[in-house]
Amino acid sequence: MNRFNYLRPGNLDEAVHALAADPAARVIAGGTNLIDLMKYNVERPQSLVDVTRIAGLSTIEETDGGGLRIGALVPNTGVAYDPRIEERYPLLSSAILAGATPQLRNAASTGGNLNQRTRCYYFYDAGTPCNKREPGTGCPAIDGVNRIHAILGQSEHCIATHPSDMCVALAALEAVVHVTGPGGARTIPMAEYHRLPGDRPEIDTTLAQGEIVTGVELPADAKGFATNYTYLKLRDRLSYAFALVSVAAALDIDGGTVRRARIVLGGVAHKPWRRPDAENLLAGKPAGSDTFAAAANLLLEGAKGYEHNAFKIELARKAIVRALAQAAASTPQSQVDKRIR
Amino acid sequence: MLKNDPHIGSPRNRVDGPSKVTGTAKYAAEFEAPDLAYGYVVSSSVARGRISRIDAGDAEAVPGVLKVFTHENRPRTAWFSHNYQDEVAPPGKPFRPLYDNEIQYSGQPVALVVADDFETARYAASLVRVDYEAEPHETDLRVVRAKAYVPPKKRSGITPPPKPRGDAMKAYSEAPVRIWGEYAIATEHHNPMEPHATTVVWQGDGKITVHDKIQGALNTQGYVANVFGLSKDDVRVISPFIGGAFGSGLRPQYQLFLAVMAALDLERSVRVELTRDQMFTFVHRPETINTVGLGANPDGTLLALKHEAVAVTSRFEDYQEVVVNWSSLLYHADNVELTYKIAQVDTYTPGDMRAPGAPLGTFAVESAMDELAYATGIDPVQLRLRNYTERDENENKAYTSKELRACYQVGAERFGWSKRSAEPRSMREGRELIGWGMATGVWEAQMNKTSARAVLTIDGKLEVATATADIGTGTYTILTQIGADALGLPMENVTALLADSALPKSPVEGGSWTAASAGTAVDAACRIVREQLLAYAQKMDGSPLADAMIDQVTFTNGSMVLTADPSRSVTLVAAMKAGGVDRIEAQETVSPSKINQQSYSAYTHSAVFAEVRVDEELGVVRVTRIVNAVAAGRILNPKTARSQILGGVVWGISMALHEETFTDHNLGRFMNHNFAEYHVPVNADIHDIDVIFVDEHDDKASPIGVKGLGEIGIVGTAAAVANAIYHATGKRIRDLPITIDKILAAQE
Repeated sequence: MNRFNYLRPGNLDEAVHALAADPAARVIAGGTNLIDLMKYNVERPQSLVDVTRIAGLSTIEETDGGGLRIGALVPNTGVAYDPRIEERYPLLSSAILAGATPQLRNAASTGGNLNQRTRCYYFYDAGTPCNKREPGTGCPAIDGVNRIHAILGQSEHCIATHPSDMCVALAALEAVVHVTGPGGARTIPMAEYHRLPGDRPEIDTTLAQGEIVTGVELPADAKGFATNYTYLKLRDRLSYAFALVSVAAALDIDGGTVRRARIVLGGVAHKPWRRPDAENLLAGKPAGSDTFAAAANLLLEGAKGYEHNAFKIELARKAIVRALAQAAASTPQSQVDKRIR
Repeated sequence: MLKNDPHIGSPRNRVDGPSKVTGTAKYAAEFEAPDLAYGYVVSSSVARGRISRIDAGDAEAVPGVLKVFTHENRPRTAWFSHNYQDEVAPPGKPFRPLYDNEIQYSGQPVALVVADDFETARYAASLVRVDYEAEPHETDLRVVRAKAYVPPKKRSGITPPPKPRGDAMKAYSEAPVRIWGEYAIATEHHNPMEPHATTVVWQGDGKITVHDKIQGALNTQGYVANVFGLSKDDVRVISPFIGGAFGSGLRPQYQLFLAVMAALDLERSVRVELTRDQMFTFVHRPETINTVGLGANPDGTLLALKHEAVAVTSRFEDYQEVVVNWSSLLYHADNVELTYKIAQVDTYTPGDMRAPGAPLGTFAVESAMDELAYATGIDPVQLRLRNYTERDENENKAYTSKELRACYQVGAERFGWSKRSAEPRSMREGRELIGWGMATGVWEAQMNKTSARAVLTIDGKLEVATATADIGTGTYTILTQIGADALGLPMENVTALLADSALPKSPVEGGSWTAASAGTAVDAACRIVREQLLAYAQKMDGSPLADAMIDQVTFTNGSMVLTADPSRSVTLVAAMKAGGVDRIEAQETVSPSKINQQSYSAYTHSAVFAEVRVDEELGVVRVTRIVNAVAAGRILNPKTARSQILGGVVWGISMALHEETFTDHNLGRFMNHNFAEYHVPVNADIHDIDVIFVDEHDDKASPIGVKGLGEIGIVGTAAAVANAIYHATGKRIRDLPITIDKILAAQE
């Protein structure tokens, strides 16, 4: 871990100013990912900008449009157990509770969860090459140990996966990220917030230099998914493990016919993986396994596996079908009882 | 007759529990010293080659850095590699840290940065630049397997496979029923919760006190004295608490060398604590491939038993463990051929881990026996009873005791085995297939030469002491019980001292031998105190115990009481006053009986029954129930004993489903070196575990009737889980751990 300056701005303007002034500065809130990366010498920020004293980012508020806006500093636990979230956006609660441990969820912030780095053995090991950590050094995961790696949207430069559970649910709910930067405030749809690696794998998000996440807005129309939803996470042990494959599934069903569907995969790509055309395939159809399988096939179109992770393609296909069945039957996966429903 | 209420055999709380839960128990990295300096290790990023250049200039320029040690400026240490050999070293040339520019494995320490504080050392370590001339390496067992060899020099304490009996290949090829399979176990790392650490306290005049994460203080003391040319009088090792070790603390590890080297050079106290990543840069359980062939009659009677294991070792030491011998120890066949080979890879030397060898070999043979049970249509328990051994046929000796039959019976009853439907895939609840499987466990019951001291003082307090360690198993507690019962004292009056090189000699804590060895030694030392007390009591005028022999006297409630007439008694304090002493000290050394060893074999046994529930479509396995019935001689403390078995069962589930260190063979490097990616079970993975101790009387394994429990809990558990998965799904997976992908890929 390198030596760094520690700044604790009292308001957003100061924080934006501090960040914009120093490209090697990093925002810190809960620190559950950044501190690890600093200990591994993966992140070597010159300055840490501690945003936890900035007022107004720690609450969940109603929006004018009937949605909810979650402040960037609300801890994951605070989101998961907020009665409004549990009632109107239970998919988000469930996804958050599928991740990490109570201790980590207590510390991790909403903004930090969005900005956690992708997961890869090599990225985390400064003793190995990695295009994300040191651009141009190569990607040893492609021909190396790649059990946890991407099957979709990867590039020849990087096959890391985004590990968040929360973000998978946010993508399914079409949440909108609110950010503030030197050029003022703007919003970024979840689908555009994280990026694929392409030839710039070192960049995980579309957040611009100097910008800070201030909150996440859940749209009012996502409330239609509060009955028929599930978050199904498959992993190498029954808790406290990153997803090999996870599925956020949400259906808006009217008398056995699907009106709208959302299907997002976690653990398979550099970002939550979503294809609206796969969702549209379900619209207007009866909620049944044939259409579920067709949607799964479309969502996994172009999937490519490597030596150790090729199984994820078939696993994802089965998981999508099961998750949609859970959602259709209104029997969401329990995050406490580990028996798969 | 006098009624006595002994501590031995009764459930007792851990005597070290309060100090651990309140944080007053000190571990190696928690000892303070004035002016303590901190070392941080720089690790090699290549697996084999040479350091062509090492530039520590930037690191040395950081304020607060005291020195950067590399092979170029390392202080002089012992020249010969044999000086680095420790008490339990396998044959070969032990790794010598910072010895020269040669790189022998990825993660090898190449520099130690010492600074006034840990953070400075850690930062400066990131500034050390090392250039390597890499050479081709090989870390893949499947590649080097063809070059495997029978180790020419045997490791002390490791029994090589017995000579072949009959002609196993011929009998196999002619047998009516044949099973042939390859059973592999992945590399595993010990991963105790407490990382390895050493605090060296500089005492001046070349004397040091070493707090090391070690399973035997004397092993560290001997290593340090040999390597650094010190007198043992100048090296005191005190390591009272070990935060788990599972075998990783048997041998002195490199942080010890580095901390002592720096302390002697800087003439200052130094601490070196490894990171979790660095916990993957020394010992590990060797990846092992078993090949088992069973030939049998249709009634399940074994005709041929062939078991070969090939395991990795390093380029510099021939690590060995017992993998194959268990097969023919458990089952009789007229034709037996066992082979154990090792193959070299460019890693650090593997080492003893959680019942070294036994769960690997038993996973193979117990899976094969399960396959034979299905092939012959015989119940798995019945099949094992049909081939049960009454003698140790490997060494042609009688057993000191063997209540394995009772384990099968009691375990099966508790589990409800008779309700099992024999057919695979025949039990189901909702989406989940249910499987019931079982397997046998076995481990050698050893006792080793050990000395102990007992000191009774006039205030009625007893102190018992021996140099061995308590790695969390309950040694402090059982020695306290033994001392308390020997002198009839409440446990609160007894203190056990351990893990100090100044205490009476003991081997390392390991191999499940500590309870039998240290327990016998403490008991023997206390017996001398008892005799002394009786002699003093008999000096009293009109002594109530005049003419009594020691075995006619019961020690209870702080008194010696004539067993046949409890009205005649003398308090211990009165006896000491009569003798004119305010303390009685006795030391005794005990060794295993050579006569018993020549005629008898001593083993612990277990029968493990497992229930799994499998969501077959998604490959998700839940181990919902384990019954482990254990025959381990006398159980000193049913509470700590049960905890030992619970821990072993959890590790067995872990081996079956979770643990695996991934190697990048291109880089020659272990890759999942953290707790996020190296999976051990969490609470959600563990359900009901039922531990049963069957009655087993043993008067030969050790004088106190104890066989030991540290290892037996894991042995057999992984096989039982794998067999249950087969019963649930009809899929035989011969490759541990059994992960989601393997369940999906396996064919019925």
